[in-house]
Amino acid sequence: MVHFTAEEKSSITSTWGKVNVEETGGEALGRLLVVYPWTQRFFDSFGNLSSASAILGNPKVKAHGKKVLTSLGDAVKNLDNLKGTFSKLSELHCDKLHVDPENFRLLGNVLIVVLAIHFGKEFTPEIQAAWQKLVAGVATALAHKYH
Amino acid sequence: MGGDYWLIANQRAELKLNSNTVTMSLTNTEKTIIVSIWAKIATHVDSIGVEALERLFASYPQTKTYFPHFDLHPDSAQLRSHGSKVANAIGDAVKNIDNIEKALAKLSELHAYILRVDPVNFKLLSHSFLVTIAAHYPAEFTAEAHAAWDKFLSIVSSVLTEKYR
Repeated sequence: MVHFTAEEKSSITSTWGKVNVEETGGEALGRLLVVYPWTQRFFDSFGNLSSASAILGNPKVKAHGKKVLTSLGDAVKNLDNLKGTFSKLSELHCDKLHVDPENFRLLGNVLIVVLAIHFGKEFTPEIQAAWQKLVAGVATALAHKYH
Repeated sequence: MGGDYWLIANQRAELKLNSNTVTMSLTNTEKTIIVSIWAKIATHVDSIGVEALERLFASYPQTKTYFPHFDLHPDSAQLRSHGSKVANAIGDAVKNIDNIEKALAKLSELHAYILRVDPVNFKLLSHSFLVTIAAHYPAEFTAEAHAAWDKFLSIVSSVLTEKYR
């Protein structure tokens, strides 16, 4: 189980406090679909994904990105119980959505790049390390109920 | 979606005329993006290299196992020298973007026979570079630039691990 130090928790919550969940979610999901185009396989119903600008401007991508990142907010509030927090979502991603957990790792890393863009130098190596731990913990929690 | 996929695959196959390997190849658009961002990085290559290493060691402490002989404190002479070395090698790949294999041939042998860094670590360092570039050049690091650089570093990693077995 992943364990966060007090300093790591503080880094995570203070960064999160400054994140625009709606914009950042859409940006992260959009970039996932641009940088790793094979991830588009899950989104046939989303309409126009034919170019980077189409993807980033796509309202369904933005809406879904917001949903995903809002869920990450639950992780931030429950750093000591990620597996419990994501138990139902884990079952959903396995049984209904059939998503390879590798995609959670890819999205986590794309989110970190987006945070680096927004926060620049303020996103220090130490703060990044705390966030890497968080996204890895969330990815593991989302994969935990797979069978 | 199925029809579009085959159209794009055929276009990419045409671009691979000179490639003898099975690595992905960069489009001209991607090369232009990579070169233009490198031009900005080139003014302070060393510090970009050092920061990428600092991010690597902070986020992935297991990577420090390759440097037991180094003083890894921030701003150590060894860290600065190594960061410079790594970043400049990436610069060589950019300057020879049409033949990365040739430009990095010696480094490829070094990694295969002497250093033997486990291949998983190339992804970790590549990610650390992406984060460093993103933090320094937020305006330039668009989704397309992100994609181009991720692909480029993936190609560099493939070249460096090509001779592993």
